Amino acid sequence: METHIPERISDFVNNGELDCEMIYVESEHSALSAALGSSAAGVRSYTATSSQGLALMFEILHIVSGMRLPVVMSVANRALSAPINIWNDHQDSMSCRDAGWIQLYVESAQEAVDTTIMSFKIAEDHSVMLPVMVCLDGFTLSHVFEPVDIPDQSVVDKFLPKFVPVFRLDTKNPKTFGPIGYPDVFMDFKKQQQDAFAVSAGVIKKVASDFNKSFGRSYGDGIVEAYELDDAKYVFVGLGTICGTARVVIDKLRKEGKKVGMMKLKCFRPFPDKAIVDALKKADAVAVFDRAVSFGQKGPVFSEIESAFCDESKKPVIHSFIAGLGGRDVKLDHIELAFNRIIKEKSSITEWLL
Amino acid sequence: MLEIRIHGRGGQGAVTAAQILAISAFYDGKQSQAFPRFGVERRGAPVEAFCRIDDKTINVRSQVYAPDVVLILEPSLIEAVDVTAGLKKGAPIIINTGSNITCAAFKDFKVHCVDASKVALEIFKADIVNTTILGAFAKVTGVISLDAINKAIEDRFTGKPQVIEMNKQAVKRVYDQVD
Repeated sequence: METHIPERISDFVNNGELDCEMIYVESEHSALSAALGSSAAGVRSYTATSSQGLALMFEILHIVSGMRLPVVMSVANRALSAPINIWNDHQDSMSCRDAGWIQLYVESAQEAVDTTIMSFKIAEDHSVMLPVMVCLDGFTLSHVFEPVDIPDQSVVDKFLPKFVPVFRLDTKNPKTFGPIGYPDVFMDFKKQQQDAFAVSAGVIKKVASDFNKSFGRSYGDGIVEAYELDDAKYVFVGLGTICGTARVVIDKLRKEGKKVGMMKLKCFRPFPDKAIVDALKKADAVAVFDRAVSFGQKGPVFSEIESAFCDESKKPVIHSFIAGLGGRDVKLDHIELAFNRIIKEKSSITEWLL
Repeated sequence: MLEIRIHGRGGQGAVTAAQILAISAFYDGKQSQAFPRFGVERRGAPVEAFCRIDDKTINVRSQVYAPDVVLILEPSLIEAVDVTAGLKKGAPIIINTGSNITCAAFKDFKVHCVDASKVALEIFKADIVNTTILGAFAKVTGVISLDAINKAIEDRFTGKPQVIEMNKQAVKRVYDQVD
């Protein structure tokens, strides 16, 4: 399990600040299995993991989503071995993109706190009932000290009332959870999951808007966030903390008169293709930064953004940059270099920022 | 924005120093960020930690490459690593040392030597300088107040009133000694 998060939760429980039961287990496979069981019993359930731990959970990821259990899990994004590496990239959660979990990526510790609160409300909405991964950059966020406003319990309770399950394990009203699904029903269950994802985008936006009303903080519309995007000809697209570094580069290049901007992709699943097309269609060129690779293909975010434009008659030139794998520092210079490349290049390039 | 790099050896608490500095800045009403150079830490090996302090939200997430201040917890590091890498001309270098270090590599910078180890040995009976040296940082830069450091120490050592008192004393003594 990701270290700092359970340590601080243990502190909260020990100090009487958090009324919850903490279950100690021997592996990540068991951690998510325990969260699955408690969620099925009708209890709000949470866990946290990272890299190899997430890989070990892979089997249970599909069971949680298939059983429509609204578990929320923080993923401190880190590389997958080999070679052995404990540092930040997105290969772990990107490798789980088809596991039926909503995936939200965050840029700061504050956004991690706020998104976790929002995630329960999204997951537990009866029209959604899907698990959510809150993806925060390993080390770059998980091991950084910075000021965070932890909202008052009473305000959170008002925003996020008690979890009301649709069905729950109850000896007085017995039900079977997760039994065999023969070919005559299995596919219908999968269609329902897919339909729930279609509904979830609207719920994510509604929750983000309600969160802003209650807490006075917002991250775009909860799906994508624009920065200096209105008149931008050259647009950076990224997920997580590199968006913060990109803001600094954009401020600098704007002062030099360059029309640059950013679209931060906060929500990767459900994939917001319409929102992305709307945000990027006026641009001349787009630099998509992936911190993961689909080996034998390109960056996963790049490929999906490209396919989002396949029916559009007018589209920007979309470039692929692979950056920051296994903790390779993404510097201001890297992002500036990418902007300068896409300003010059007329056709799509793929570049590894080594 | 002020960017700070702290050089120490594994076990000396360079990372803790950066964290306490960030918390102190927070108590002075500023924004701050503290993080280590992410490595596999070994006792005795050179380690680096970073801190950023600003009045505005800090967006940048890369490591610090052009620091405004360098803190050196152990003088032998000057031989071992490039402690002035990227350091801005005229910037202060604060060194924990009993002797007066003058070397050619430091001619473009403002060197402040202070024997934080001696103070620590007297107060803690141990060579723990990660909080102690912050007294020198406060005095030299004027960026954070002693009050704020004291609050950060109270935070860090909650429930250990004796440890809090000793740390406060050590910080104040180094603050008074450094020029």
